[in-house]
Parts: sequence; C-alpha cells; structure tokens
Amino acid sequence: NKSRPHSRGEYNVYSTFQSHEPEFDYLKSLEIEEKINKIRWLPQQNAAHFLLSTNDKTIKLWKISERDKRAEGYNLKDEDGRLRDPFRITALRVPILKPMDLMVEASPRRIFANAHTYHINSISVNSDHETYLSADDLRINLWHLEITDRSFNIVDIKPANMEELTEVITAAEFHPHHCNVFVYSSSKGTIRLCDMRSSALCDRHSKFFEEPEDPSSRSFFSEIISSISDVKFSHSGRYMMTRDYLSVKVWDLNMENRPVETYQVHEYLRSKLCSLYENDCIFDKFECCWNGSDSAIMTGSYNNFFRMFDRNTRRDITLEASRESSKPRAILKPRKVCTGGKRKKDEISVDSLDFNKKILHTAWHPMENIIAVAATNNLYIFQDKIN
Amino acid sequence: DTQEKETITPERAEEAKLKAKYPNLGQKPGGSDFLMKRLQKGQKYFDSGDYNMAKAKMKNKQLPSAGPDKNLVTGDHIPTPQDLPQRKSSLVTSKLAG
Repeated sequence: NKSRPHSRGEYNVYSTFQSHEPEFDYLKSLEIEEKINKIRWLPQQNAAHFLLSTNDKTIKLWKISERDKRAEGYNLKDEDGRLRDPFRITALRVPILKPMDLMVEASPRRIFANAHTYHINSISVNSDHETYLSADDLRINLWHLEITDRSFNIVDIKPANMEELTEVITAAEFHPHHCNVFVYSSSKGTIRLCDMRSSALCDRHSKFFEEPEDPSSRSFFSEIISSISDVKFSHSGRYMMTRDYLSVKVWDLNMENRPVETYQVHEYLRSKLCSLYENDCIFDKFECCWNGSDSAIMTGSYNNFFRMFDRNTRRDITLEASRESSKPRAILKPRKVCTGGKRKKDEISVDSLDFNKKILHTAWHPMENIIAVAATNNLYIFQDKIN
Repeated sequence: DTQEKETITPERAEEAKLKAKYPNLGQKPGGSDFLMKRLQKGQKYFDSGDYNMAKAKMKNKQLPSAGPDKNLVTGDHIPTPQDLPQRKSSLVTSKLAG
C-alpha cells in the first residue's frame, strides 16, 4: 500500500556479479585478495544504480541497469543476428521495441587503481556527488568519480621511521552535508575530524575526539579493544557513532572530550579477553548503523546475535539471525546472555556462545524499519511487525 | 570478593591469565609489532627472475610433467604464486611467544 510501499514484500536476489578477481603483485611479492572490503552506493540520479566496491587495492565503480525491452525487426540482420544479404532486401521496416524478461546487467564503469600501498579499509562518497575518499592503514586519498588516473593524498600518517608507528587508520567517512569535512578513526580509539578547506594535506586535524581513560584500569588489552572498527555519521550530520570491540559510542560533533552516549554491546566478553585474544576474535571488525531517523542504532555480536539500541527510551534488544530462530513471518524472540551462575531457561551462557558465528555487517533501510543482517554466508532481511 | 578495595578488574584478571600462559609476551601489544603484522598481510615468496627464466626455457623444450613432490620448486618447474606455500608471517607465532 502507498503509506508503506516497502513492507511485506519478499526480497530476492536482484543481481550477482564478480566485482574483483584475485591478483598477484609480482613486484612486491604480494597476493591481492579479491575479497570486497567495502561497498558504497552513489546517490541515484537515473534509472541505473551505481556503486563503488573495493578490495585491498582497487576501487571499482559499477553500473547496474535493467533491460526489459529488446529491439526487433532490424533491416540488415536476422533475428538470430546473422547478416542478411543486402541484395535480398526488398522493403524497409522500422525496428520495434518488444518487452523481454527482465535482465539486470552490471558493468564496470571506472577502475581506480594503484593509489594505495596499504590495505584499503574504507570508501566514502562525498555529498558533492563528484568526489569520494578511500582510506588505507596509513593514508587517505581523494578521488573524482570521473578521473581514474589521479587521486590526491589528503591524510598521511606514515612516520618517517616505521619503527615509530603507533597507530593506523581504521575507518573514514565524509560528512553527509558538508563536503569539506570528513573524519577518520584510529586503532587507538581516537577520531579526527578534518576540514579540507584548511589545507591541502589534512595531517592536522580540526577536531580530535577521545574519551579519557582511567589510567588505573589500563591493561594489556586496553588499546586493542579501544580500536575503532567503524565510524558513521548520523543522517542529521550532528552526531557520529563509533564501534570498538565492546561498545558503541555516540559523539556530538561539538564535544570532543567524551561521547554523549555509550552502549555496551557484549560487556560479558570483558572476562573472556584472554581466549578472545588467543583465537584472534579480539581483532574482529564490527560495523554499526543508524536508522533513518537517527533514533536507533544497531550492531552485531557473536552467536549470530545482533543488538539494537533505542536512543530515546534507552531500551535495547538482542536478536538472533539464524535459520532455527527465523521462520518466515515469525516474530523474533529476544535473546539474553547469562553472565552469572544461575542460567534461566532460554538464556544462553557466555561459554556456549559460538564465536565463529559473527555478525560484522548490518544495514538499516534509510526510510523504513527494514534491516539486513549478514550472518556468515546467509543474508537475513527483517521487517517491523505490522499491527 | 567485592568488599576489598583492591579488587582486580576482569580485564586485569584476563591479562594475568594471558601472561601466565605466555610469559614472553611483548610489552607493546598494540605497538609496532602488531601493527606491522597488519600491514604485511599477503606476503608470499615469488621470484620473478626464476619465473621468467623458466618460462623462457619452456619455449625450447617440452613441459615436464609435474613431479610427485609438488612442493619442490626447482629451476625447471615454473613456479606460480599458487604453487608456493604461503609464507607464515613470523609475527603470527611471535604474538604469543614473544
């Protein structure tokens, strides 16, 4: 119905295509995986969809378009494509467009290569719809969507002596409205906001966001779990959200010395850090996202759990994305992790969590309460229940 | 025991556990060793000189059938990136062994 055009539909695969292939850099003896690190949509300007996808080294602009008509009745060739003998043609006809089965085609329109020495972790389309940034561990580059053979370096944190390296860039994003502003997060849990109007090379930040740490609580794990795995501006552009290993923080861009809100994702893991370090899970990079109105935020966890927080009511919920708990049309049951000794029925104890089932990627529809949750090799789409 | 002022935080307790298991653990966990490992992902040994020499040799004689030991890479057998065992980043083991 018109008031909720997106609800109650079934989602199906629209298009599948191979974006990147594995490569081998012979000069540096480096294997370049085809694994896609980030995908970002361009704002839609016509019937086609455009997206940027990147692996560790190369960014590609893809055009995805629909074809549902085919021209028939050519003069110079048959329906099967064979050329007709021109001397046999006795009459001319005008080709007509006939409907055909919908075909979705993906074609690479631009390939932006050879600008990153280290591994690309972020791409972000600017609000000017002309430029975008790409960030690797140590540098951020600015591109024009039309120009593939040049990019401008706007941030470079590589020390002259690599022995002095203490932090890397973990994520970067353009402000949703101010095309001169972007932020980047670090492995030390800090966020720097830069203004491209102030200088060509934005090595000096305009704002520096860091929550003060209690030095007495510092441990071997402190820096690792403070590393920010994702940073996202709110749609309003007033706030930004960061995800570190155990929590999600909302920052007011006008206040640099601490976040305005902190949400614990899975605090019970703090007493499991030793084994999470041994099995490398402590380095997992979770993403986070806002809903369309910025009133709620969502992020993933382990055991195929994902968490949502309502910023106004301060309520939170844990849900599970798995075949057993999601029959079509069934309402998801809230989950609870038991931390203490006595496990109630339906609760799951921390030691029973499956750390191989991690939800790193989630997305919230910009206008509706529809979410997409990626659980290993399955994609779940959930909708708000209709009363 | 929550009454004592000297309660060990869960994080510190986990740290003690880790240090007990791996006494040689480096002092800078988030420091340059760990970061260098991040930056070096994907390193494989491959000698393009060997590769091109072998390819040139191949033009002059028949391609030898792959020997029983596929891991043995000699000058006659063209090494390809897929043949080479991935060099284990030394920092994987040193993360815990110091």
